[in-house]
Amino acid sequence: MPYLDHAATTPLRPEALEAMLPFLQGSFGNPSGQHAAARAAKTAIEEAREQVAAALGAKPAEIVFTGGGTEADNLAIKGAARSARDRGSGDGVVTTAIEHHAVLHSCDRLARDGFRVTKVGVDAGGVVDLDALAAALDDRTTVVSVMLANNEVGTVQPLAAVTALVAEGAPRAVFHTDAVQAAAWLDVAAGAAGAALIAVSAHKFGGPKGVGALVVRQGARLVPVIDGGGQERDLRSGTHNVAGIVGMAAALTATVARRGEEVPRVAARRDRLAAGVAGRLPDGAVRSNGDPARKLVNNCHLAFPGVEAEALLLLLDRDGVCASAGSSCASGAIEPSHVLAAMGLPVDLARSSVRLTVGWPTTEAEVDEAVAVITAGVERLAGRAGRVPARG
Amino acid sequence: MRPMRVLVAMSGGVDSSVAAARLLAEGHNVTGVTLKLWGGESDSGCCSVADVEDARRVAAQLGIPHYTFNFADDFTATVVEPYVGAHAAGLTPNPCVECNRSIKFGRLLERAEATGFDALATGHHARVIATPAGFELARGRDGGKDQSYVLYMLAEADLARLRLPVGEMTKADVRAEAAALGLRTAEKAESMEVCFITRGGRERFLAERGVMRAGAVVDPAGRVLGHHDGAARFTIGQRRGLGMAAGERRYVLDVDPAAGAVTVGPFEALLRDEVRVGGLTFVADAPPRATEPLLVQVRAHATPVEGRLDGEVVRFARPQPRVAPGQVVALYRGETLLGGGLAV
Repeated sequence: MPYLDHAATTPLRPEALEAMLPFLQGSFGNPSGQHAAARAAKTAIEEAREQVAAALGAKPAEIVFTGGGTEADNLAIKGAARSARDRGSGDGVVTTAIEHHAVLHSCDRLARDGFRVTKVGVDAGGVVDLDALAAALDDRTTVVSVMLANNEVGTVQPLAAVTALVAEGAPRAVFHTDAVQAAAWLDVAAGAAGAALIAVSAHKFGGPKGVGALVVRQGARLVPVIDGGGQERDLRSGTHNVAGIVGMAAALTATVARRGEEVPRVAARRDRLAAGVAGRLPDGAVRSNGDPARKLVNNCHLAFPGVEAEALLLLLDRDGVCASAGSSCASGAIEPSHVLAAMGLPVDLARSSVRLTVGWPTTEAEVDEAVAVITAGVERLAGRAGRVPARG
Repeated sequence: MRPMRVLVAMSGGVDSSVAAARLLAEGHNVTGVTLKLWGGESDSGCCSVADVEDARRVAAQLGIPHYTFNFADDFTATVVEPYVGAHAAGLTPNPCVECNRSIKFGRLLERAEATGFDALATGHHARVIATPAGFELARGRDGGKDQSYVLYMLAEADLARLRLPVGEMTKADVRAEAAALGLRTAEKAESMEVCFITRGGRERFLAERGVMRAGAVVDPAGRVLGHHDGAARFTIGQRRGLGMAAGERRYVLDVDPAAGAVTVGPFEALLRDEVRVGGLTFVADAPPRATEPLLVQVRAHATPVEGRLDGEVVRFARPQPRVAPGQVVALYRGETLLGGGLAV
């Protein structure tokens, strides 16, 4: 059963499961306590913190464990913006139009709270418009958030150039990057070297769901989003998800250790998928979304003109191929992609686009089966979608 | 029966839940779909998160796949905007009919066909009957719940691909079957209102869209009897809510949206011998003979009256209260729907 939705979530790595099991079975202590059971949990968390820090190019004291990537983004953006406002240093928040909703909706919340929020556009390939970014910055800008790689089309952003612009145009700003999609495939330590805040999510790289981390570089000041017992240096209260944190650390360590072997293999699978689909369809029946020179290695984002993605996904699911399109709202319906819209893709092409993302477990046989199912589905639907028939 | 691949439109209500269960019990390969038609994150009205969740849970309980199709843009263009436009023009629109025409038996039926389903099923109370002459649509077994009126636009080719599994059941049967199957929707209340109008009701919905224009209430001679805050509040034939002092009973005789005038008068002034019908369609693609006595239904739950169809004019056997322009006029032969159109 070809699973091509690894950007949505990817299976738990065996190393992660193995690391987690003791904390799901016998070792149940609360790391905040003052006894042997608590100490065992506390030790596990601090070892995990060291592993995560090493993988992300940070110091252990700079890691804040959260309940996932969305929470990390919320803490970064709201925490930094509110802290800066409390100190009277500004009210400007700058981000891009293609961020994940965790970032965009956090910024929208800040806008409702009186912050000045600017969303900078992107080019047709999904790369942030650096001129527009520079123009949006001023000395009252307190937070700038640009993702390391986009979750839909996989476009990797030029963060070195971005951070240079921020240092020049918004000297008081804290720079945050959402590295949730990138962490599985890129060296975050290098790619996000200039970021003061970096958000990651465990389940995107083979860890469990519901746990993530925010790198908070020394000097970056945040107010917490969740108040309580003061865990995580008061930045994220709440009893630690010990098994989750340990699993995340093991998954991230394995991801980094295997990267040299996995990235070329995954890239080859992705290329085989893209070439296979294109090769079986007539010219013009498929086009690729996103800058091909800047794509995450596992991302294949295709538009099939005249074919509705909703209908195609149903056919794929019927034949066992898992893929996705757009972004889902609470009802589960596919909403038109804000990313494709920001890239200037016409609405009908956006509605004809699907995201196919491979992962470390993806086999060639899976890819070949998926190519057959996808192209059969596209052929079936081509030219038959989209109209409301005249009637009565 | 040959097992078919059937797509069931599941609203999250009890009728479509039982429809899916029945098709599954008959041995068909069943897939559920819920349509997102309106609104964003609001949890009220149609396609609310709670309703989608009910549909999804019923599908999971039955062990069938479930999808959500987002037809919100089409719904806005083919149902909501025409609804507002009709009110602005002084008509009495039926948005459920337009949704059936353009969305459920337009967009969805087309999608079902394109994705390889042999049939589409809904939880409507009406019966598809195979006859030697072709497929017919008959009223549902439960006279009080019959929905054939809002399906007047279906053609025989549509009926050939349509399954209405609860049409043979009474509503009490449907609820009993849902309860027996342990479906979570067994006791769920019915939706009665226009699905896309939630908080504030119809007047506020129309006012927000600029079609509630104040004007005068006049008698047939043009004398001003009072004032109203929006002609779209009134439907021809309406008696209640006119804001008139006690005295003789008065009814809305006419609505002139351009002038904003609402004419009221006695019941006798409302009576007509005929109604002109636009956009007539027939299940069998041919009108009945002009001499054939038919049953004519002019509102969703109105008692049918006798009449004949002469070209585009329905002539009533006895004078009837004027049919509000925009309302569906459905024609029946006994229990069988022949077709219909919209009152002009």
